[in-house]
Amino acid sequence: MGFWCPQTLGGLHFAHVRHGGLFFGATTEGDASPFTIIEFLNRLVTLLRDFCGPLNEKSLGMNLGLVGELLEELDFGHIQTTSPEVLRSLVQSEPEAPKPFSLLDLGSVGLFGAETQQSRVVPGGAATRPLPPPRGDQPLKSEVFVDVLERLSVVIAANGTPLKVDVQGEIRLKSYLPPCTELRIGLTEEFCVGKSELRGYGAPVRADEVWFHSSVRLDEFGSGRVLRVTPNPGEMTLMQYQVMDELPAPLPFRLFPSLDTEIRLYLKLRCDLPPKSLSQELSSPDQAAELELSSRSIRWDIPKMQGGSQLSALFKLEVPVLGPSWRLELGPAHGSFELPAHSCSGLRVRFLRLSGPPGQRWVRYLSHSDSYVLRL
Amino acid sequence: MPYLGGEEVQRELRRALSNPHVQADPARYRGAVLRVIRLMAQGADVSGLFPEMVKAGAVPDVVQKKLVSFYVRAQAPRQPQLALLAVNSLRKDCAHPSPAVRGLALRTMCGLRMPGIQEYLQQPLVSGLRDKASYVRRAAVLGCAKMVKMQGDCEVDGALVNELYSLLRDQDPIVVVNCLRALEEILKKEGGVVINKPIAHHLLNRMPDLDQWGQSEVLTFLLRYKPRSEDELFDILNLLDGYLKSSSPSVVMAATKLFLVLAREYPDVQADVLVRVKGPLLSACTSESRELCFTALCHVRQILRSLPGHFSSHYKKFFCSYSEPHYIKCQKMEVLCELVNDENVQQVLEELKGYCTDVSVELAQGAIFAIANIARTYTEQCVGILTELLGLQQEHITSAVVRAFRDLAWLCPQCTDAVCQALPGCEDTIQDSEGKQALIWLLGTHGEKIPNAPYVLEDFVENVRSESFPAVKMELLTALLRLFLARPAECQDTLGRLLYFCIEEEQDMAVRDRGLFYYRLLQAGVEEVKRVLCSPKSDPSLGLLGDQSKQPVNAWALEFNTLATVYGRERWALATAQQPVEPSFSCSPAAGSRSRDTESLVSEGDKEVLEVHADAPVSEGNKELLKAHPDAGSLSLIPDVSLSAEQFEKTWLSLDTSCQLCLPWCGPVHADTMQTALRVVHIQTIAMSRAGAQPWKAYLSAQDDSGCLFLTELLLQAADSELQVSVKQNEAKPEALQSFISALRTVLEAVAGLES
Repeated sequence: MGFWCPQTLGGLHFAHVRHGGLFFGATTEGDASPFTIIEFLNRLVTLLRDFCGPLNEKSLGMNLGLVGELLEELDFGHIQTTSPEVLRSLVQSEPEAPKPFSLLDLGSVGLFGAETQQSRVVPGGAATRPLPPPRGDQPLKSEVFVDVLERLSVVIAANGTPLKVDVQGEIRLKSYLPPCTELRIGLTEEFCVGKSELRGYGAPVRADEVWFHSSVRLDEFGSGRVLRVTPNPGEMTLMQYQVMDELPAPLPFRLFPSLDTEIRLYLKLRCDLPPKSLSQELSSPDQAAELELSSRSIRWDIPKMQGGSQLSALFKLEVPVLGPSWRLELGPAHGSFELPAHSCSGLRVRFLRLSGPPGQRWVRYLSHSDSYVLRL
Repeated sequence: MPYLGGEEVQRELRRALSNPHVQADPARYRGAVLRVIRLMAQGADVSGLFPEMVKAGAVPDVVQKKLVSFYVRAQAPRQPQLALLAVNSLRKDCAHPSPAVRGLALRTMCGLRMPGIQEYLQQPLVSGLRDKASYVRRAAVLGCAKMVKMQGDCEVDGALVNELYSLLRDQDPIVVVNCLRALEEILKKEGGVVINKPIAHHLLNRMPDLDQWGQSEVLTFLLRYKPRSEDELFDILNLLDGYLKSSSPSVVMAATKLFLVLAREYPDVQADVLVRVKGPLLSACTSESRELCFTALCHVRQILRSLPGHFSSHYKKFFCSYSEPHYIKCQKMEVLCELVNDENVQQVLEELKGYCTDVSVELAQGAIFAIANIARTYTEQCVGILTELLGLQQEHITSAVVRAFRDLAWLCPQCTDAVCQALPGCEDTIQDSEGKQALIWLLGTHGEKIPNAPYVLEDFVENVRSESFPAVKMELLTALLRLFLARPAECQDTLGRLLYFCIEEEQDMAVRDRGLFYYRLLQAGVEEVKRVLCSPKSDPSLGLLGDQSKQPVNAWALEFNTLATVYGRERWALATAQQPVEPSFSCSPAAGSRSRDTESLVSEGDKEVLEVHADAPVSEGNKELLKAHPDAGSLSLIPDVSLSAEQFEKTWLSLDTSCQLCLPWCGPVHADTMQTALRVVHIQTIAMSRAGAQPWKAYLSAQDDSGCLFLTELLLQAADSELQVSVKQNEAKPEALQSFISALRTVLEAVAGLES
């Protein structure tokens, strides 16, 4: 949507969503539910990713037949099913991956679904490969990925007090397991929902609201914080949660600005994460800063920052005429970062057990900034 | 469409497709078919390969069959004779042992858009409906809808409809939903599928088997069902309760809507549902999918219309984040304005202040207007912030702030002093027409409180030759004349020069006319000028009326979870205006007769127009209505109804809108003409915006001899070329309403005709 502005033409309404530079559109004649349209388009994107691997113009073009087969199952514009398992029995083209490895493509390899700034994540493209065809000749590589993704949206006042803290988290599962494998996922024992509940002896890990996928069985959730699920192959969101206002750990970054009358901006950025014991990096990270005139902002790039460390920068701005309210014009700083192997809410996956034959299991954590505003 | 080398490529592909060696190797055969499809997707002409492709569809490979099916469906309308070739092999496939092939063949056949296909379809569809594989039944059910659609006007086969109704009891949940969809399509003319008590309860029981799409669709179908008794209603609501907690937003919203509509007589239940939907809506508002976020924000605004403050404790959720696109930021600012209360006003203003210096002009001005909006309640703090912003001396900011000040001075007279103190110095920064007009208006109207007002206006007069906007010149004339009344000594000379310029040198006729008018007015004496020009300087009551007052939930329950909410009411009205008007909405007949009406009235001239009464010319659509109700024309309005603005406001807020319609309108409204015209038919004007205000509004009232009150709002949005009319009635009398509306329409159309 320039906006997701539905547009009309002769009584036909157009809607679209955008994913990674591709537009997925739908038309509707009547007064359809906007939530259904959007949710379906988003679902379609996930499905295409399940079936064709990483999504881009090229892979869609190569898998034209496959995409056609998928859309075919929406008969006459009526959604028949979007369950990957059912679809997999109906869709028989095999995915064609674009050249599996190219140095140039490395940048696009990342966690599935998370639109993150730089994704350098352990098993690389493993989780973005398409699902295997139902009766492939090669034995299935049994693997499961559980990702704990958190998006932070934070506003910190000039004096350092957090004004708004909001964490949107979700546990995503991508399964390449043989069907009918039950998965038991144990979460932190101290995980409690709502303000009043108190569990365990450690520091509580709170979530204000939690939603589960309809296929998650919660009979052991009350006692042991265990989620039981028999995943269909493909991607699903097991659980979503949100945490407001109170976090167990301090916020990852703080900024100490100081300003004097000549607009000299001295910024001190501190990372309050616990320092990793032995992995001290001795050399200072490569930083860069540049002035972007189009957005009238300074961009300060820090490739890597250790927990507990501190960085500082001094910017001097020269303005031809200084108005009386120049301080107003000095907008807030926006942080944009990614914290691998860290969850801000403190939620951890204690264990991950498979009922059937053993398989490769991956648990990954990633927190990234949705909006991290540090007022000056 | 054939592009360079198209012929060549086609010939080569034909050779490949008919080569026995290729045909013997499934992988190569499929590859060749795939190439054809790829070319087709790129827009190349591949119609010449039809016979070869049909032949390629007769292989056992299902994938290849599917590919051929795409091809055949796309090409059939262009080559109906050849398409019959395909029908034969497809009919054979309909008896294939594999359900996937049978289903595909049915779908393909139903997708051939060519005349005469129906006779081939009938038999396979009927056997498809009774197939033992659910996959085939699903395709067959939808196939019925496609077939009926292709038949066009022919009568619907009753046996088929019955068969589909009986398939609602099918084992397979998707077949059930497809039956609903197909029946809806087939019975469109008769108002869609009928949901009676057994069907409704059957569907409710099947709900747990459906997937989210099916659930949200069935929930929408259930909106048609009206429970017979209170007990039944609450039984249904209990059954539906779980769907409010679904993890899919579309199911939650569909369930919410059903609750709101079913419980239309139980405001407590509605309020409770809206509390429960808060969580899912808020999480959609912070969703990673921008589009979902936008949709949810639109619904939040909808709810706020009835329950202001519903989301107040969550105001932080609506703070904008840096990377969000404009359309979301603007929605969020609108929401923030509506959430303000005593506790959070400080934080909200602090946040909005940050947006005012955004790089994007549109966004910065939006934030300034949002603050101005809040200023109607929290005047002092907001005026402080706005004044501070003037210090930035940036063109777009100053212009927006001054415009905001003008509206504030009009709506909240108590802040006039603060505004006047902030104004000096602004004139150097403002360049655009709107900003200049606002500044000049303020200087003219409140000039006695601004020491240097005459000199600022003098500067404008000095530069009037290079002024490119006529509207600014008009505003300047009025402002200077007004200021002259307050401070004659300082303004006399300047006013003389300006009048001279306008009358002698100005090219724009409107400006010149205004100059001449003022000149002659001055000749009539200062007392006369005062009588004409000293209108009120502020009108707080209009602000109160203009505020979107609390709407009942039922006013929008039917719009919830539809595109209407996302478009916004005005734009939705525009978007649907192109379609034929639906019966439920048609107090106004179709556009055609509307314009004819206007024409005839214009030719009849003013006199005729002013004699318009309730039984005056009515449009054809209404005539029919009047025939149907013989006593409808006998509406007589009482000439003098004494209704004060306060009484009006109270009554207005307590009533639901009985009728809404749009009339074509262009240009500004001339208040006097309209008032006179309305008075002739005994419609009183209670309040009216200044000419040129945006949006322009007027409130009217009338009463008939039986004591029934008609309250009317006229609304003219800046961007539209339509006047929106909403009428409320204190007693439900449809015939009287019809005649009142036709009288009102006639007058308004006549006024519109005079002005254009």
